[in-house]
Amino acid sequence: MKRRTFGTLTAGLTLAACLMGTSAMAQEKTRIALVVKALGIGFFEAANKGAEEAAKELGDVEIIYTGPTDTTAEGQIEVINALIAQQVNAIAISANDRDALVPALKKAMDRGITVISWDSGVAPEGRQMHLNPSSNPLIGNMIIKLAADHLPDGGDVAVLSASATATNQNTWIEEMNKVLPNYPGINVVGTVYGDDLADKSYRETQGLMQTYPNLKAIIAPTSVGIVAAAQAVTDAGKIGQINVTGLGLPSEMAAAVESGASQSFAIWNPIDLGYSATMIAYNLVKGNAKAEAGGKIGMGRMGEVTLDDNNEGAMADPFVYDKSNIEEFKSIF
Amino acid sequence: MSTTERHIPDRLTTPAQRVLKSWEALLLAVAIAIFIVNSLASPYFLNAWNLSDATFNFTEKAMIAFAMALLIIAGEIDLSVASIIALASTAMGAAAQVGAGPATLVLIGLGVGLACGAFNAVLVTVMGLPSIVVTIGTMSLFRGISYIVLGDTAYGGYPPGFEYFGQGYVFWVFSFEFVLFAVLAVIYGVLLHKTNFGRAVYAIGNNATGAMFSGIRVQRVKFILFLLTGLMSGIAAVCLTSRLGSTRPSIGLGMELEVVTMVVLGGVNILGGSGSIPGVVIAAFVMGLVTFGLGLLNVPGIVMSIFIGLLLIGVIALPRLWSMARGK
Repeated sequence: MKRRTFGTLTAGLTLAACLMGTSAMAQEKTRIALVVKALGIGFFEAANKGAEEAAKELGDVEIIYTGPTDTTAEGQIEVINALIAQQVNAIAISANDRDALVPALKKAMDRGITVISWDSGVAPEGRQMHLNPSSNPLIGNMIIKLAADHLPDGGDVAVLSASATATNQNTWIEEMNKVLPNYPGINVVGTVYGDDLADKSYRETQGLMQTYPNLKAIIAPTSVGIVAAAQAVTDAGKIGQINVTGLGLPSEMAAAVESGASQSFAIWNPIDLGYSATMIAYNLVKGNAKAEAGGKIGMGRMGEVTLDDNNEGAMADPFVYDKSNIEEFKSIF
Repeated sequence: MSTTERHIPDRLTTPAQRVLKSWEALLLAVAIAIFIVNSLASPYFLNAWNLSDATFNFTEKAMIAFAMALLIIAGEIDLSVASIIALASTAMGAAAQVGAGPATLVLIGLGVGLACGAFNAVLVTVMGLPSIVVTIGTMSLFRGISYIVLGDTAYGGYPPGFEYFGQGYVFWVFSFEFVLFAVLAVIYGVLLHKTNFGRAVYAIGNNATGAMFSGIRVQRVKFILFLLTGLMSGIAAVCLTSRLGSTRPSIGLGMELEVVTMVVLGGVNILGGSGSIPGVVIAAFVMGLVTFGLGLLNVPGIVMSIFIGLLLIGVIALPRLWSMARGK
C-alpha cells in the first residue's frame, strides 16, 4: 500500500517536472512582460503579435505574454506578484482597474522593474508612463479625413454619435470641428444621437437620409453606431451614394466594407500597440530614454512618443481599415 | 458473509498507521512534493518575500474555506460567498465616499457579511429551502446589487490606515492577512475538533434526523454556520478591499468555486459528515503553492485552472482507486 502511494507520488513529481522543465531561463535577455486584461481575447493576442515583432527586431528581448483568466484586478495582482518574484526587467500592462493595481505595481517599481501601462491605463503613481493608442485631436482629425478622402468635390456629411452626454464622442466631435476648415467643401449638416443602441442608431440614420437627400457620408465615431448606419444605408439601397465611416471593429465591419457601404473606417491597431509598448519598455530599461513630462521615447517603426504632464503619450493616428486589409484583421478583433 | 464466527479486533490499525494513511498525510506529501518541484523548477521560488507575496493567493479564500468546511460537513453549502464580498466591499466603498474611518469600514464590512449570512440562513433554516438553490439565487442577488450601485464605475479613496488589513505586515515577511489566516485556522480547528458545537456539526452531517433526536438543535446550528460563512466573507471582503484599494462589482468573481475546491481538496466530504480543518489548511497551501509556482513559470491562467482541476480529481480519485485496488 505504501509502495503504491510512493509510486503515485513519484509519477506526479515526474509529470510536474516534465511540465515545468520546458521553460528554460534566458537570463541575459531583457525580459518584458506584456500583461493583458485577460487571456484569450483577440485584441490582446494581436498585441502580443506586435510585441513579438518588436522582440525579434531588438534581438535580445524575451516577451512574457501573460494575464488572468477573468478580467479582474485581483487576478492581475497575482500575475504581477509572480512577475516581481522572477525579477522581470519590465512590465507593460493593460489594466483591469486604474487604482487597484497601484500598490502591486509600486512594489514592482520599488524592486527596480520598469512599469508602463498601455491601452487601459493605471493611475500615475502606479506606472512610469502610459501609452494611449491615439489622442483626441488625432481621432477628431481622422474621422473627418476618412469622409473627405472619398469626397474630392466636397459634399454634405452628418454625424451619428453615441449619447449626447458621451464624453469620448463629444470630445472627438469637438476636435473634428476644430480642423474642419482644413477640409474645404466638406459641409457638416447635423449631428444625431443613437445612444449606442443598434435600433435607435438605425432609425436615426434613416431620419438623416430623409432630412438630407444630398448626404454623401455619415461619420459614426462609435462601434455600435457605425454598424447600424451601414445596415440602414444598405437597406435603403444607397450603397455607393452614401459612405459610412468612423470608428468601428474590423470583425463587425467586414461585411459593410465588402459590400461597399463603408469605404473605410478607423480604430487602433493592436499589433502596433503591442509593438510600441514593447519598444518603449525596452528603451526605458536600457536607459535610452526617461519617462518624464516632455520626454520623448522611441517606438521603433512607429516613430517616437512625446509625454505630457501626466506622463501620458499618444501612439499614432487611428489605423485605417479598408478592402485591402479587412480580411486580415476581421478575425483578430 | 459466509463465515458465522469472526474475530473482531479492537482496532484495525495502530494510531501511527492511521496518521500515516490519513488524507492529511497524503495532502502534506503532495504539498511537500509541489514545494520541492517548484524550488527545482524556478530559481525565484525559495525567497522569503516571494513566498510571502504568494500567500496572498490563498489567504482570503482560505478564511472563507474554514467556515465553508463546517457548513459542508453539516451537509449544506453556500455559493454566495464571493457575491457577499462584492456587496460588503460596495457598502464599504460607499461609506468611504462619505468619509467613514477605517474602524467604521471594518464594522460595515463585517456587518454586511453577517446580514447576508443571516439572509441565507433564514431562507434555508426557517423556510426550509435547499441551500444550493438559495445561495445560487443570492449569488446573483448580492452581486446584482453591487452592479446596480456601481455599474461601470468604481469606488476608491479609502482612508489612510485602511490599507493595513490587506497590505500591512505584522512582523518581517508575515503579512496581517497571513497572521489572521493562521489565527482563524486555530480558532476553527478548536471549534470543529474540540467543542460540542463541532461534534454537533459532524452529527448533523452524518444523520440530521438522528442528531435532532439526540437533542441537537439542528436548524440553530445550521443558522450559526451560515452566519459564520457570511462573517468570514465579510472579513475576506475587508482584506481584499484593503489590498486592492478599490471596489468594482466584479471583485472576487468566481471565488466561490475556488473556496469549495479548497474545502474538497482538504478532504471534506462534499456530501457532508467528515473532514478536518488541518486538511483545509494544507489544501490552502497546496493551491497557493501550485498557482504561485505555475505563475513563476508564466503558465497562462487557463492552464492553471486545468492543473488545479486535475489536482482535485487526482487527489480525490486516489483513495477511491486505492480501496478499489484493495477490494480485489
